Amino acid sequence: MELTGAEIVVNCLAEEGVEFVFGYPGGAVLNIYDAIFKQNKFKHVLVRHEQAAVHAADAFSRASGKVGVALVTSGPGVTNAVTGIATAYMDSIPVVIISGQVPTPAIGLDAFQEVDAVGVTRPCVKHNFLVKDVKDLAATIKKAFHIAATGRPGPVLVDIPKDVTAHKTEFVYPDSVSMRSYNPVLKGHAGQVKKAAQMLLEAKRPMIYTGGGVILGNASEQVTELAKLLHFPCTNTLMGLGGYPASDRQFLGMPGMHGTYEANMAMQHSDVLLAVGARFDDRVIGNPAHFAREQRRIIHIDVDPSSISKRVKVDVPIVGDVKQVLDELLKLLKASKEKPDEPALNTWWTQIELWRSRNCLKYNRESEIIKPQYVVEKLWEATKGDAFVTSDVGQHQMWAAQFYKFDKPRRWINSGGLGTMGVGLPYAMGVQLAHPDAQVACVTGESSIQMCIQELSTCKQYRLPVKIVNLNNRYMGMVRQWQEFFYGSRYAESYMDSLPDFVKLAESYGHVGMRIEKPADVEAALKEAFSPALKERLVFMDFITDQTENVYPMVEGGKGLSEMILAEEL
Amino acid sequence: MRHIISLLMENESGGLSRVAGLFSARGYNIESLTVAPTEDATLSRMTIVTKGSEDVIEQIIKQLNKLVDVVKVLDLTEGSHIERELMLVKVRASGKDREEMKRMADIFRGRIIDVADMTYTIELTGTGSKLDAFLEALDDGAILETVRTGASGIGRGDRILKV
Repeated sequence: MELTGAEIVVNCLAEEGVEFVFGYPGGAVLNIYDAIFKQNKFKHVLVRHEQAAVHAADAFSRASGKVGVALVTSGPGVTNAVTGIATAYMDSIPVVIISGQVPTPAIGLDAFQEVDAVGVTRPCVKHNFLVKDVKDLAATIKKAFHIAATGRPGPVLVDIPKDVTAHKTEFVYPDSVSMRSYNPVLKGHAGQVKKAAQMLLEAKRPMIYTGGGVILGNASEQVTELAKLLHFPCTNTLMGLGGYPASDRQFLGMPGMHGTYEANMAMQHSDVLLAVGARFDDRVIGNPAHFAREQRRIIHIDVDPSSISKRVKVDVPIVGDVKQVLDELLKLLKASKEKPDEPALNTWWTQIELWRSRNCLKYNRESEIIKPQYVVEKLWEATKGDAFVTSDVGQHQMWAAQFYKFDKPRRWINSGGLGTMGVGLPYAMGVQLAHPDAQVACVTGESSIQMCIQELSTCKQYRLPVKIVNLNNRYMGMVRQWQEFFYGSRYAESYMDSLPDFVKLAESYGHVGMRIEKPADVEAALKEAFSPALKERLVFMDFITDQTENVYPMVEGGKGLSEMILAEEL
Repeated sequence: MRHIISLLMENESGGLSRVAGLFSARGYNIESLTVAPTEDATLSRMTIVTKGSEDVIEQIIKQLNKLVDVVKVLDLTEGSHIERELMLVKVRASGKDREEMKRMADIFRGRIIDVADMTYTIELTGTGSKLDAFLEALDDGAILETVRTGASGIGRGDRILKV
């Protein structure tokens, strides 16, 4: 039977098993929306801004492991989506974005709501397509899902002119995709894996450093097994939190700019570093020249060859799917007669415990003003450490990462690479839809939350009982912190004046609002928000926190990992 | 170091902009870039001349390979290869210069492909440095216009870039 392009789009999404499409209608996608109206295979979630559509689709993917889908119209629909697309790109999240385009005869004529979507998004997608012929539509969408989800994942945009959605053709959805130009390597080189196993067994000061690739590659079980088998210390990057259980003793916390003292010192002083699905990002290793000063051998497992030896030279590169490679590595290690060097490991652990005893995350617990760290600790208790936590970007993000101990993968959802303020609330929506019965907390600040605050309306429409933990210090906290440290405390434009009454704001959207001003009330407020009585409600908790609190430890930009500023030094 | 990178990519619209965009976005340098379809019309072949340290060249090759449309990438300068560039030069050729220009073209194995009252147009093929040498050899005032294709390259002998 012949179908219209719009019907083909809807059928393709159904074939892919899509559950939710996050979108916003407009002229160029009206045919597609009409086809959506007539189907019941998937649900459309109407956001209040296209940026949020992509963020929600992105978070749906992060929390579920499936491909997220967003649908936007041409022109401003696409440009609004760009922030969301770039966010997903930087964190390698599989999202398919379908955008409307002006009809093919109008392309290039500066038509109403025309923008070169393929051109605008090219630098921030894994790949993109402009479909000019309805006969290519189904195969292109199949390719888009395939490319988004395989290899190093990422967003893929499919731009469909309006006339193509009206044209008809026979609908055939391909079973598989074969592309001569795209065949990601999944199996690690056997010789290299063997070399890696040997190197690990010889290590005297080993360190396992894992990133977002372990979460995306569903390899946290393998990482945990490996660390346990060898009794090696482990650190997870901001993107990799939950890759190894944070409440376990072998976990040293997060490394990097706001990493723990023990994680950074162990990274710096290790003699064998096993990097898995991590990319030696500037926020993780600081100054690469300083990092290279210490002699160490590096094993790097990553699905993306271009991530290897990009910022730091490695000794044993292994390109492949992290899960497959770790399975191979585990097999070799288990079969090996050699065992790790126990005396050396004991000495190493003694050193690590000494670093750990600095207690680098300590803060003033006697304070009469609410300390943001305290709120996150109490959130962890109130949710029994089992919530999905989204965050925005800034100090609150770092505190959430430092103080909420993630024991499972896909529980911590944040914008690590692009650092997009405003993701928190739309992320929480995507997560809540992926896990309707789960506790979802959005740890945010008064500045970030206002960047996508309109989504409170979407939450009402779809009854998403997200719990918003607003750490309100009346400042763009991280900007303020940098200004305090590096700009002589000249707080240029970082004070958030004229804030709304968040309680009334939440109420005006039909939600529950709370303001918490005293440390003594923090625990009760969180307990109430997560109580069965409010299970179905969105609760906006506005915590009035200490304006001068800073995130420690801190590695200043351009400095080395072992050159941290610690709280007590100030 | 100067490198000549050859690549085969799907002959689809937007391919060139993906490559050019990659170079500008990551701050890589392009000395020249040529592209045309191959004997297999579904494939385009591109020759990129670039400069950079070994680390940068390694990244360039990895990043090019990562482009979804790119089928194969080869650094020609890693092995024995042939490099050619075509140049057309319009020169002043009147009076006694006319004979001199003809001689110069002959010396460099160029061909005069257009003759007008006051000008010759010379076609010259060779490596980039040979073309530079020809221009050097001419009197500055004699050169009216030049156009160069940028380098194309191919591996010697059994070094074949093919799908």
